[in-house]
Amino acid sequence: MMTLSLSHYLILSAILFAISIVGIFLNRKNLIVLLMAIELMLLAVNLNFVAFSHYLNDAAGQIVVFFILTVAAAESGIGLAILVVLFRNMSTTHVDDLNQLKG
Amino acid sequence: MMEFKTFVFYVLSAIMLVAAMRVITARNPVHAVLFLVLSFFTAAGLWMLLEAEFLAIVLIMVYVGAVMVLFLFVVMMLDIDIERLRHRFWSYLPLGAMIGLLMVAEMALVLSGKYFSTEVLPGQSMPAGYSNTKELGHLLFTEYVYPFELASVILLVGIIAAIMLTLRQRKDSKYQYPLEQLAVKRNDRVRLVKMPSNKEPSAGQGEQSS
Repeated sequence: MMTLSLSHYLILSAILFAISIVGIFLNRKNLIVLLMAIELMLLAVNLNFVAFSHYLNDAAGQIVVFFILTVAAAESGIGLAILVVLFRNMSTTHVDDLNQLKG
Repeated sequence: MMEFKTFVFYVLSAIMLVAAMRVITARNPVHAVLFLVLSFFTAAGLWMLLEAEFLAIVLIMVYVGAVMVLFLFVVMMLDIDIERLRHRFWSYLPLGAMIGLLMVAEMALVLSGKYFSTEVLPGQSMPAGYSNTKELGHLLFTEYVYPFELASVILLVGIIAAIMLTLRQRKDSKYQYPLEQLAVKRNDRVRLVKMPSNKEPSAGQGEQSS
């Protein structure tokens, strides 16, 4: 009876997504952990894609995961570069100190 | 009686969720990165369970091996004031937990319905000798070849952006200007001075030089 169905995986990735949303709420001052929470969100989305690809027997889902991994790698590379430049110029990564634009 | 795959699924998902919890609550950002690595590893295990072997290996080799190590470098390079970042850390937990629980409840209501059950969507296992990598390669280089090349352009943009953002011209470093080296003329470097070859030592010369 207890065979794995698609909803197992979908609910698991929903829980993972919710955890990373809570992480964004908790770590709203910490840019690095914000980036990590975004990585977790992308992981949840990728898990959804792979699960659908397996249960619908369609490899296109795995191709999409491939591209998501590419874009996520570029995104985190640029994000970390921005973080390094920010730290070099302002000696802080605290979100409250980044009020130069007075937005 | 639980199937073995179901057992593995529950173990892996428990590890992954605990690791994700520790990512968002860890005090030390280095620990957060390491727990993120753990959650990526267990996600790779889950993808193996879903018969996506190529992506599982790529997740470990490329993502954990490159991106997470980059995270680790940056976290260790920056001098982070943890106490200030943790100020009023838990104050937004009620709101965040409420939204998170609401999302999970809604998703569970929708997704546990009959449309996603094993009767409607049985997972097909591939026959022996089937190569996931081969099929992905076929798809990637035939049907998805333009998105593939766009992805390489995105990576190129990422490389250039990251290098240009962090490039710093130091004042005290010495480097060559190839343009100026090529544009140099003979007159800029060599100056011919006409001098008489043999000059009689005069009496007044010693006084001039001193």
